[in-house]
Order: sequence, then structure tokens, then C-alpha cells
Amino acid sequence: MTARVGARRPRSSTGVGRTRVPLGPVYALMIAFLYLPIAVLFVFSFSTNTTLKFPIESLTADWYGAIFKNEQLLTAARNSLIVGSLAATVATALGLACSIVVVRFRFSGRGLLLALAGAPLVVPFVVMAIALFLVFNLLDVPRSMFTIAAGHSIIALPYATLILLTRLLGLDPALEDAAMDLGASYPATLRRVVVPLLGASLLSAWLTCFIVSFDEVAMAVFLAGGDQTFPVFLYGQLRFAQTLPVMIAMAVLLMLGTVTLTLVAFAIRSRDR
Amino acid sequence: MLGRRGSLWFLAIPPYLWLLLLFVLPLGAVVAISLLPGSGRINFSAGWPSTNQYQQVLETAAYLRRLGISAVMAFAVAASATVLAYPIAYFLAFRARGRATVFLILLLIPFASSYLLRVMAWKLLLGSEGAINWVLTSISLIHEPSALLVYSQAAVVITLIYVWIPFAALPIYAALQRIDRAHLEAAADLGAGPWTRFGRITVPMSLPGAVATFFMVFIPTVGEYVTPSLVGGTGGIMYGNLIQDFFTRGGNWPLGSALAVVMLLAVLALVLIALRLVDLRRVAV
Repeated sequence: MTARVGARRPRSSTGVGRTRVPLGPVYALMIAFLYLPIAVLFVFSFSTNTTLKFPIESLTADWYGAIFKNEQLLTAARNSLIVGSLAATVATALGLACSIVVVRFRFSGRGLLLALAGAPLVVPFVVMAIALFLVFNLLDVPRSMFTIAAGHSIIALPYATLILLTRLLGLDPALEDAAMDLGASYPATLRRVVVPLLGASLLSAWLTCFIVSFDEVAMAVFLAGGDQTFPVFLYGQLRFAQTLPVMIAMAVLLMLGTVTLTLVAFAIRSRDR
Repeated sequence: MLGRRGSLWFLAIPPYLWLLLLFVLPLGAVVAISLLPGSGRINFSAGWPSTNQYQQVLETAAYLRRLGISAVMAFAVAASATVLAYPIAYFLAFRARGRATVFLILLLIPFASSYLLRVMAWKLLLGSEGAINWVLTSISLIHEPSALLVYSQAAVVITLIYVWIPFAALPIYAALQRIDRAHLEAAADLGAGPWTRFGRITVPMSLPGAVATFFMVFIPTVGEYVTPSLVGGTGGIMYGNLIQDFFTRGGNWPLGSALAVVMLLAVLALVLIALRLVDLRRVAV
């Protein structure tokens, strides 16, 4: 496309002319593509069909009612909440320690710690899953919610560290120096200056880690033992057609929860920028 | 009172210990188990270390072929997701202006939806009694519902591209946001047209973000076993399914460990190559 002299062009946010590629419709198409399958599933959760079959015969809300009669399903959802909270708390606390140490200190193990905290990102989940499975087996640790949470705390750590590190880089170290000049010990400075200043980012990191854990299935399958989380339970039930509508109804409900949490985490992060 | 230096160890030791115990030690255990001579009881005294398992991996064409297939599938997924996410991110960064937040939230909702649910949605769409077949038969494009759509490598690839697009758009958006608009204005003042500016400023400056995105999709995808087991059928299984099988039904931990080590080394080699290609410090989210 050649630019003719004097041709009128739409203005972009940079204040200079732009190509005539209709990106708005492209975006709309992509969004439609992303929402359509979810919408189909949402509609299906109100269908009287018990198998994944089209067309839908008639509508019902019974599957949502059936959730509360399914003991195993409720236990799995509760386990997911516990595992997610534990993993997010551990990952956020360790991510906080990592980011403070990496941003505010110079010491010989600094680069190694940063590399280790980021390394879980480059290990495929199946490798991490069998690795932890082997260690818990060799050390005779019974598999439970705690082993899942331990595994999830490792894969969530890079996210927590990254979020807190970015925020900490934007904080003026002079605030900490001032607190210490005024007589605060370093731990007191961390507790009363750094942590409050990071406040919202800590919540954002925690929510991000929680969602990473809450949706994770590849590792949880190996580490669950008898304590199934919701994704593990769902994965197991997907082979049985008759329970599928209830599973989908529950997944839709939980999805509303995780979407809300993601939006809260996003709102916090964009306010911080 | 704990000094600043004392606090350093108080802060650094817990993450170090946690990572040693739950990251370094487990990966070390995989390597140690992979060096066992046989598949029997775990016994480190007789014949350890041995390269038996690795010889078996190298001699079994089916394993390496499956690794190759998985790498090609993961490449297709990561490349497609990155390329398809790019215009979304570009639109958000350069065209959406005041409504960027709303459009970004629209993208975050599928991102935050359950992964298994999204995989199931595609099974529902692609299945022989699924929506696509229903539409195709109702408009008489095909007469019999086709079972070819689901349970294939293509189904796995399509489903995973779908799953990863919202995730891929976010780091690319961050990379595009960081481009100083003054560069584009300067280029325009010097007579560069929109396509020239895009090709010579926007693309090169967002490339590190795009490469990082590619790897953030490629690494989890190459080790996938959940999605192939749901929509892949027998032809669509991936290398991750082999590993998973040796730890569940197959019950051959040493061989499964060797397969895992081979994949991990391949992935690490790729990451090291990527790190030489792009400066990661420029892609921090």
C-alpha cells in the first residue's frame, strides 16, 4: 500500500497516519471465536441432554440443583479452595522474600535465587509432576492436599516473584532509608513501610497464584492421592457421560468465581501502574 | 535487633530451602531414577548409575518419533497462538484508546475460565454429535456426521491454540505498550508510511515479547498429556502421555524418568537458544 500525498488517513493514538487494516472487526472476530465455545458450554449446562449432543432438546436448571446433592463434588471444590489458598499463601510469602532480597540486596547467591525462582516456568508440568511424585514416594510422604499445594506453590512462585519484583522496582528505596534513619529496625521497616506499600500488589500476586493452582490439573492428578481437587475430579468424571452435565454446571459456577478474582487482580495491578 | 544483613539470610533462606526441597531435589530424583539399570524395585546399590534406560529410549524409534511429533504440534500451537494473538494485542495497544480497559477485560474472561472446561467445549463442538457436525448436516454440506473432527492430532492442536490465545495476547500487549510512541512519530516525520513503520519499528521492538510468548506457550504444550487424552484419541497422543503412562499404568519409573529427562534437556536447549536470541530483561511483564 503506497501512501498518496495528501491522502486522508485515519489517525492513530500516536497521532500519525495508520494502515487501513480493519483491526476492530478482526478483534471482534477473535473475541467471538474465544467466547463461542464457552457460550455453547454455558447453554449446554441448561440443557436436558445428558450427553454432549446437539441439538439441545429443552432447557432446565436441574443440573445446578444437583451440584448440592453431590457430596464428592462439593468436597472436591472445597479441597480446591484449600489447596489454592495454601499454595497462594506460600508462593506469595516466598515471592515477597525473593523479590526483596533480589531488588534490595547485593550478595553472591542473588542471581542463582532469581534463576531458581523463575526456573519452574521452563519445566513442563508433566516433568514437575513425576519429579514430585517420585520424591514424595521415596520419602514416604503420603499424597494429600498438602502435596498438591506444595507442588502448586512451586509453579506459582515465578508469577508471585515477577509481580512483586516489578512493583518493588518502582518503590523509592529512600522511604526505607528514612524509616531506618528514624530508628526502625530493618524487619520493622519491612513490616511497616515495605509491606504496606506493596499491599495491593501482594493481593494481586496472591490472587494470581490462587488461580494458577485452582485451575491446575496435570500436576494435581499425580499428587492428589485421595484428596481430589475439582479439576482432578472433573478430569476423572469426563469419561462418564451421565455425570457430565452436573460437572459442567459446577465448572461454570466456579468459572464465574475465578473470572471475578482475575478481574480484581487485574484492577489492582492496573491501579498500581 | 536484627540488622539489615541478618535480615538478608532470614529472607533468603526460606525460598532457597523451599526451592531446593521441592524443585531441585525432585528433578535430581528424576535424574537419579533414570540411571537405574532395570525397571524393578528401586535399588541404588546394584549397577547404578547405568545408561540402560537412555539406550532403550534411543533404540526405540517410537519414543523419539513421538517426541518429534509433540515438538511439531507444540510448534504449531505456539506459533499459531502467538500470530493470532498479535493483532488482538496490537488493536488493544494502538487502536482501542479509551476503551482499551474494556477490551482487555473481554480478553481476560476466557483467560480466567477453566482450562478443562475450554477443552471440553471443543470436544462438544468437534464431536460426532457435536455442534459443528450438527450445523454441517443441517445445511446439508455433509450427509453423515463426521467422526474425523475429534480424536485426532488436529483436534489437539486446534483446542490448544484456542486455549492459549488469550494467554499469548497479554505479554505481546505489554511489549507493544512499552514501545515509545515518539519513535513512530519520528519515522512518520521522516516520511515512513504506516507499513514501513510497522515492519521496521513495531515488529522489531515487540519481537522479544513475541518470542517470549512463543516459549511460554511451547514449553507447557510440548509436555501436554491432559488435552491429548481428552480430544486426541490414539493418534493424537503426545510425548507427555508416554511419560504419564510409565508412572501410572505402565509402572516403569526408570524408563519414564529417562523420557522426562530427555524432554527436559530438549526444552532447556531451546530456552538457551532463545535467551541468546532475545534479551529477556526487555520482556519483563
